Amino acid sequence: MPEGAPPVLDVRDLRVVFRTRVGDIHAVNDVSFSLRAGELLGVVGESGSGKSVTMMSLLGLLPSPPAVVTGRGVMFEGKDLLRLPDEEMRTVRGGRIGFVFQDPMTSLNPVFTVGFQIMEPLRKHLGMSKRQARARAAELLALVGIPAASARLDDYPHQFSGGMRQRVMIAIALACDPKVLIADEPTTALDVTIQAQILELMSELREKLGMAVIWITHDLGVIAGIADRVIVMYGGQVVEHAPAEDLFEDPRHPYTQALLTTVPKVHGERARRLTVIQGQPPILGPSRTSAPSRTAAPSPSTSASG
Amino acid sequence: MAEATRPLVQVRDLRMHFPIYAGLLRRRVGAVKAVDGVSFDILPGETLGLVGESGCGKSTTGRAVLRLYDITEGSIRIEGTEIGHMSQSQLRPLRPRMQMVFQDPQASLDARMTVEAIIREPLDEHTRLSSREKREKVLELMDAVGLNRRFASRYPHAFSGGQRQRIGIARALALNPKFVVCDEPIAALDVSIQAQVVNLLEDLQAKFGLTYLFISHDLSMVRHIATRVAVMYLGRIVEMQDRERLYADPLHPYTRALLSAVNEPDPALARSRGRIVLRGDVPSPANPPRGCNFCTRCPEVMPVCRDIDPETRQVAPGRWVACHLHDPAIMGRERTRPPEAASMKGPGSNPGPDPTPARSVT
Repeated sequence: MPEGAPPVLDVRDLRVVFRTRVGDIHAVNDVSFSLRAGELLGVVGESGSGKSVTMMSLLGLLPSPPAVVTGRGVMFEGKDLLRLPDEEMRTVRGGRIGFVFQDPMTSLNPVFTVGFQIMEPLRKHLGMSKRQARARAAELLALVGIPAASARLDDYPHQFSGGMRQRVMIAIALACDPKVLIADEPTTALDVTIQAQILELMSELREKLGMAVIWITHDLGVIAGIADRVIVMYGGQVVEHAPAEDLFEDPRHPYTQALLTTVPKVHGERARRLTVIQGQPPILGPSRTSAPSRTAAPSPSTSASG
Repeated sequence: MAEATRPLVQVRDLRMHFPIYAGLLRRRVGAVKAVDGVSFDILPGETLGLVGESGCGKSTTGRAVLRLYDITEGSIRIEGTEIGHMSQSQLRPLRPRMQMVFQDPQASLDARMTVEAIIREPLDEHTRLSSREKREKVLELMDAVGLNRRFASRYPHAFSGGQRQRIGIARALALNPKFVVCDEPIAALDVSIQAQVVNLLEDLQAKFGLTYLFISHDLSMVRHIATRVAVMYLGRIVEMQDRERLYADPLHPYTRALLSAVNEPDPALARSRGRIVLRGDVPSPANPPRGCNFCTRCPEVMPVCRDIDPETRQVAPGRWVACHLHDPAIMGRERTRPPEAASMKGPGSNPGPDPTPARSVT
């Protein structure tokens, strides 16, 4: 990846607070990262670590109230997304920045054809005519590897398998030629062999289209094969941020080290006993969580340096 | 299999077909062959891992072995007793011997019962202990699975996912079973919690001499916990052998593809190994393909595979595989013909200009 290139997306000190009746929940605390053109950034964390909320807040997808999003800025194409009026935000969301959600079952509308759902952003964002949009939709379906693409435009989501539906979701996200694609656990709901197909598709598409990708997952294994850089999140904070090679070679944060040792391996030596991360993930309560300190089994007291 | 010890569980040619009704008269038009001829033994004290993708019939197998379904065909022997075609009332006195841990700890615990009531329920149903003895037993079980005794009167919502799974395990162990079916017990848990539950299952196995059927889609976790592993595809077991040999030297092309698709947190390994990417999806079990069930996606498919269904053969002691590639009689005839389409992806192979269309089978 080009080192000196200016970032396409620059997030500075992002903070998300949910104001609830029982008090404030600090879901994201001072998260900063940047994304360079054509790069794949992996975001790893367990459930409740704030990884999805971070990405949803960037695009203004969190309902407000209760969510309050603040920060020094989210710069994208010279604009600050945090201070963008709703109208303009709409052109960015789904247009310049695409989004793929985890569950392809619930994120497609069951009562519209797949073709209609791919054509929708084309007509709304790019102002294409119906005929143009249909031709482009067929191209997109073929691009994501669906056979007999133009014939399948008139099918409904239930006529596709899980892996095929995720391909359709990717086609919709790619419809307007986005600069950045945010994929939130896109392969988690899929079987391993289908997951391998989608991972292969994504690396092909990146090479072909040259977009930057943010890939959110809880599975360090998925990230290892595809990411250029990785962010590890815990308790609403970024605890480690490193190039993928370095992160897996030499994890610095105790939590990252623990995460890496707790998963058993298919290749190599088999551990006699699994290492366990002590305790539970923190509950993001009214007070800001301090630096996380969960480590692998034998030494639970080692404190962390966030 | 091993002659020295008698298997605790013996399953032969188990079939579980669910009928499909359609039309105005709800006539039977076909059947979903969820489990279609599965045979295996489980020795006392061992863990048989059952792996496969969703829809391959692994959970149905687990439930059918415990007779949570009325099976279509086949024989199930537990400790020598044939239970395959017993009525539910005949089965009831045998239930304490065989128990189940379910996948979703949220859905499998009654939200309106306290932890104590949940763990005590099997004791109420199957034993004549006094309430003092029951309470003592419940507390012992809570100790065994690592739950604090003080939480006995709390409700499931007050617990985290990993703790709820401990409650489910305590309930399964209440009647001192010999055989426990664990149906994806860790699938709904975070990675850091999975290891805790797997370690607990191992400890309990050592302590109480349990025998597990461990059903999972997670190949790396199965490698950790299982002594032997059976791989299922579309209602059949395609390969079954010892853990070490299965992971070091998989015989069936499906097992090889499955193992190569596992993502390991090691970028160097991810780059260097050849990943076998299977095309297309699993066919519907209502309409399985002719010949071998895997012939529509197999990278090493031969013409014979589309005609003849391979038998499960023992190729070496304890190594069972259902594939023509390991049948010398068939391979002798096939050797003259080239394989149809081998789509092995080498390391660092560049994707071509257009992605190969995936084959869809419905």
